[in-house]
Amino acid sequence: MEWTRHLLVVPILLPLVTGALLLLIDESRHTLKALVSLASTALLLVASVMLMCMANSVPGASDIVSLSYAVASWPAPFAIVLVLDRLAALMLVLAAVIGFASLVYSLARWHRAGPHFHSLFQFLLMGLAGAFLTGDLFNLFVFFEVTLAASYGLLLHGSGAFRVRSGLHYIAINLAASLLFLIGVSLIYGVAGTLNMADLAVRLHAVPAEDRMLLQAGAAILGIAFLVKAGMWPLCFWLPSAYMAAAAPVSAIFVVLTKVGVYVLLRLSLLLFGSEAGELTGFGGTVMLWGGMATVAFATSGVLASQAMGRLAGYSVLVSSGTLLAAVGMGDAAVVSGGLFYLVSSTLTTAAFFMLVELVERAREPGADLLAVTREAYGEDGGEDEERDDEEVGVVMPGALAILGVCFGCVALLLAGLPPLSGFVAKFAMLTGMLNLDGLGTPAGIPPRTWLLVALVILSGLAALLAMMRSGIGTFWAPLEAVVPRVLVVEIAPVVGLLALCLFLTVKGGAMIEYTEAAALSLHDPSSYIQGVLGPEQAKAVAR
Amino acid sequence: MELTLAVAIGVLTGSGVWLILRPRTYQLVIGLSLLSYAVNLFIFSMGRLRVGAAPVLGADGSGNPADFADPVPQALVLTAIVIGFATTALLLVVLIAARGLTGSDHVDGRESR
Repeated sequence: MEWTRHLLVVPILLPLVTGALLLLIDESRHTLKALVSLASTALLLVASVMLMCMANSVPGASDIVSLSYAVASWPAPFAIVLVLDRLAALMLVLAAVIGFASLVYSLARWHRAGPHFHSLFQFLLMGLAGAFLTGDLFNLFVFFEVTLAASYGLLLHGSGAFRVRSGLHYIAINLAASLLFLIGVSLIYGVAGTLNMADLAVRLHAVPAEDRMLLQAGAAILGIAFLVKAGMWPLCFWLPSAYMAAAAPVSAIFVVLTKVGVYVLLRLSLLLFGSEAGELTGFGGTVMLWGGMATVAFATSGVLASQAMGRLAGYSVLVSSGTLLAAVGMGDAAVVSGGLFYLVSSTLTTAAFFMLVELVERAREPGADLLAVTREAYGEDGGEDEERDDEEVGVVMPGALAILGVCFGCVALLLAGLPPLSGFVAKFAMLTGMLNLDGLGTPAGIPPRTWLLVALVILSGLAALLAMMRSGIGTFWAPLEAVVPRVLVVEIAPVVGLLALCLFLTVKGGAMIEYTEAAALSLHDPSSYIQGVLGPEQAKAVAR
Repeated sequence: MELTLAVAIGVLTGSGVWLILRPRTYQLVIGLSLLSYAVNLFIFSMGRLRVGAAPVLGADGSGNPADFADPVPQALVLTAIVIGFATTALLLVVLIAARGLTGSDHVDGRESR
């Protein structure tokens, strides 16, 4: 047991060391770089799964469900802690899975499209792991910035005017949001005198009434910073173009970035403003609920209006964010549990979708392939976007279009939330939670805003189905010029893998729901988190 | 002193916000820099304003903590400054790349009509 505690730092240290090592390897040795990066990401995945098992097997599942790790062995409120609970472990595994899939995808050609792809990718994974594991607000800021700095580089990967232009908007908006983050953090520090999340939850009770407004202002400003990352309407206009502009494997991993915002909002709102927070209980919930609904409505119209498939995928990310924010805003354990299932399912789906879009668009644009052929015929050293030595990377698959079509159909089913895939289970779990909030049979009935949210969630699924059918028919059934795209095995394998995981989620739906229910229950009982970090005495002080 | 600091933060923030709403990329980068100075001062002020108080206890650890300045915001400011530097440098590179690729220093890459 002793050594396994140190597993907690592995998801942060491993990508950091790998990313730094990769800087030392010369750019011309792609294969070596790719192998090192792939091995490290595979190890990260193994470590995350082990951590998830650890989080799930904590003795006395109802008592202490979080493990903390004091970095450099300083005691908890004074130094930075890493905290593992079921939610953090789930997010970690999700990030590692999508990281691995998009890295495999990038090996076909994208990783050679510019310098330092693998290092940036590893730093991004490090930042994500750190943001999920940290138990300290300022440390969270640092990991956020690590993630964002790496994401700026990755978004520009492959260059081009469109990428640089949307990259400029993306960087400017995120820098401004980071400043809001700092203002929020320092206001909270100024009032409460601590940055440790668990300690903060304890000290909130002692904040005098005249300072409470400052604290609320700090929390609200902090919340805005995360809402920008999560893409809540009206803070989300940068998102579809930035995600569309990024290279396919990069936008796949970016899907996890929006979920970091959702994760932090979920964690902080329930830890700080949960049921034990007195007057502050439920602070910000209304904003998230209505903002989430507005996001779903906006993104649904965006999905219907999108011409390009990349933009359609970008708006699907927003639909998923909006639904999750509304679920968090409901503040009920059953809804959050369904929401977590939805989070996993929709993240896997949209990541697979972004990768699929690039493959499918090869079938739509005959010009691009023609250009590649002429380049080869004239013996030019193909541009950075072209498949130069693809014969060595993999074989060209026969019937590529059929496989792409099946994957596209699966993505449509998942986005729409139709059975038999996990999108249906996720939405069903969430809607059950929403409708049973006060009990179906109670005389008070179901409030109108719940009906509105239920309608929006279902309508967004319908819109996704319509939009996907429209572009699917245009691409697979009635193409103007039938072109069989050249698809490599390494490119389609990650997509199939992610979709197979969704299928696995459906088959193992019961176990998954049990896990998310336990995660949601421990989130709604902050004393277990506090006890895990600070020890039993402090937790009792909160319960009092 | 409180008033001076508050006015300084206010002026920096106001100018910064005005500048990041302007259409030129150079104005954007200066605006973000001004905003980050304002935020750094703000973090600093959250440790309460103290004059002539050291943030570090003596070597023997003696002394009343009330006589010392809060060291945490100072450490935070240092981190924030470093991160701000790095991201501003990165933004500058992107600005130059955008200028080269689009031939314009407008944030949208083309002049609005």
